[in-house]
Amino acid sequence: MSLTITPTAALATVWNAVLPPEISAMTTLTNGDDLHLSLYRKMFQIRRFEEEAARAYAQSKIGGFLHLYIGQEPIAVGASAALRPDDYVMTTYRDHGLALARGMTPRAAMAELYGKVTGCSKGLGGSMHFFDKEHNMLGGYGIVGGHIPIAVGTAFASKYRGEDRVSMVFFGEGAVSIGDFHEGMSLAALWKLPIVFVCENNEYAMGTPLSRTLSVEDVSLKALAYGMERDRFNSEHVLQVRDRLGEAIARARTHSEPTLVEIRTYRFRGHSMSDPGKYRTKEELEERKKKDVLLRSRIELEEKGHKAALEAIDKEVEDEIADAVRFAEESPEPGPEVLEPTTYAGPFAR
Amino acid sequence: MPQMNMVQAINDALRHEMRRDSRVVVLGEDVGKVGGVFRVTQGLFDEFGDDRVIDTPLSENGIVGAAIGMALYGLVPIPEIQFADFIYPAYDQIVSELAKYRYRSGGEYPSKLVIRTPVGGGIRGGHYHSQSPEAQFIHVPGLKVVCPSNPADAKGLLLSSIRDPDPVLFFEPKRIYRAAKGDVPDGDYTVPLGQAKVVRPGWHVTLVVWGAMLYEALDAANQAAAQGIECEVIDLRTLWPLDIDTVIESVKRTGRFIVVHEAPKSCGLGAELVALVNEKAFLHLEAPPLRITGFDTPFPYTLENEYLPLSHRILPAILEMARY
Ligand SMILES: Cc1ncc(C[n+]2csc(CCOP(=O)(O)OP(=O)(O)O)c2C)c(N)n1
Ligand SMILES: [Mg+2]
Repeated sequence: MSLTITPTAALATVWNAVLPPEISAMTTLTNGDDLHLSLYRKMFQIRRFEEEAARAYAQSKIGGFLHLYIGQEPIAVGASAALRPDDYVMTTYRDHGLALARGMTPRAAMAELYGKVTGCSKGLGGSMHFFDKEHNMLGGYGIVGGHIPIAVGTAFASKYRGEDRVSMVFFGEGAVSIGDFHEGMSLAALWKLPIVFVCENNEYAMGTPLSRTLSVEDVSLKALAYGMERDRFNSEHVLQVRDRLGEAIARARTHSEPTLVEIRTYRFRGHSMSDPGKYRTKEELEERKKKDVLLRSRIELEEKGHKAALEAIDKEVEDEIADAVRFAEESPEPGPEVLEPTTYAGPFAR
Repeated sequence: MPQMNMVQAINDALRHEMRRDSRVVVLGEDVGKVGGVFRVTQGLFDEFGDDRVIDTPLSENGIVGAAIGMALYGLVPIPEIQFADFIYPAYDQIVSELAKYRYRSGGEYPSKLVIRTPVGGGIRGGHYHSQSPEAQFIHVPGLKVVCPSNPADAKGLLLSSIRDPDPVLFFEPKRIYRAAKGDVPDGDYTVPLGQAKVVRPGWHVTLVVWGAMLYEALDAANQAAAQGIECEVIDLRTLWPLDIDTVIESVKRTGRFIVVHEAPKSCGLGAELVALVNEKAFLHLEAPPLRITGFDTPFPYTLENEYLPLSHRILPAILEMARY
């Protein structure tokens, strides 16, 4: 058999024809409305948490950088619904959503944003660097791509120890251009590791649109060269995300096979709070906001007669977030002594 | 002379050199249409087009590696790394290749480029948006390292860096990007590399500093002056090669030496300076030399004002040393 090498661009055209974005055709929803309500609650909690964080940032109560996840909530929430609590997750600096989805309390998250000692990293990390050992959330990472090979390492260890814990690593489409992504993919495929690579393709890397970042816009195609399974869909429903990621998780857990999953999504806010977003039009943004998956869940649940339950959720979440803000404001700042045990395991003699 | 901030002065230098020399190209993440995260390259894309102001994907090692090749072919590339903290993916190209090009060709074939990157704390960026890695590049033979503290120097040093025959890392202190303002000479204006500047003459204590911490040192020096202690404040400007003569000449007069930097203390540039002061002015010293620096920890999100060597940490050191 002769092997012809198809140029990447041509290959992309072929795959795009075979698998247009409609490959996202909704999988049948399972598990009924109770689950949907609870996932809606989580998405709403994240949304409200970040809206309040944005407000506090505008009042300079939160410093540095604040990257909001607003618009992408169904991914972290759908993923967390498909994962087990003992599975490992890692993500980028856009990390509030995943942390809350995994179970971090809004208190610990908000206090971290405020730089308070009660925060999840004692106020030493801030928005971009959440960490939650209890929920196996191994952090938000500020160096794009840096965490991808690390997740390969946790996946390796799980297999080595004969456990069936899965690692799931989230990153943006911007990270696909950096070496760490390719090195991580290469190792995971070679060693057949229980890992799911989740590319949250929100079409922008800071001010650069997808078309100017990647020669082939279909990120999932990268899996082919490594001989890895792949999936690709639009984020349209939280249960759809759960089900589709569930397939990749099952592949990792039962067969120790990695998968690259590209989920097309969109962020409704700027790259970070300091981004005026001039690289995209108002019309584009408004158009995309109409497809807010959070809103879709709400409407669907309302139509199914869950108005009372939704109102109860509204109230609970509002209280929870107000409590988190109060807690963050009232918590003390750390003193310099908090730094002492953070860099080496014991006291460090110079 | 027009008043400018650091951002405008660096932009002015880039524009000036791009007009003068068609070999100069700028490349990096969002440097083109957006004009850079700190807007330092704003307007260059419109004036020079996308083949000279090149938006790249997120690929630091690729950006620097490609720039090295461009330079070998005779271009003068000026890559921007969005934050000095993101330079590590490119560390391999810088350390393994860029720094060694002249050497490996027996001194005949340098790869000449200027890497621009914002450096330092002061914007609560936490551990990935605040670091000061100058010593890690000074420790690599073959690289020059520059860090201006004001708009005029920023322009003059950048133009000199671009025209220098060796590769230069040009660190821009982001804390004072817009806060430091001043007159900047029009047109062609250079400040030679390798020359420190005595910013405040004095005779009791020598304070050596660079970048954003200059203003903290000056503040502390002014407060000390109110108590009768006159500090000589030296802005290093070029961190490598060092203008050690200016430092030693001062220390020989004052007998007291303090170096201030944001980077962690151990093995920082301060350590090298203390060693040189000991080697060259030991018999003139009236007190042990001192380093006031960041802590030997990652850069914290909160506690930034404790971590940074701000004037509230410099002043007591000056007073104590003067009494020694
Ligand atoms: C190695 C590295 N280079 C550059 C940056 C600056 N930076 C932070 S986020 C970002 C864009 C990332 O876009 P993407 O991966 O699509 O993630 P998104 O922000 O869209 O979630 C850039 C260039 C960085 N943090 N790390
Ligand atoms: Mg993106």
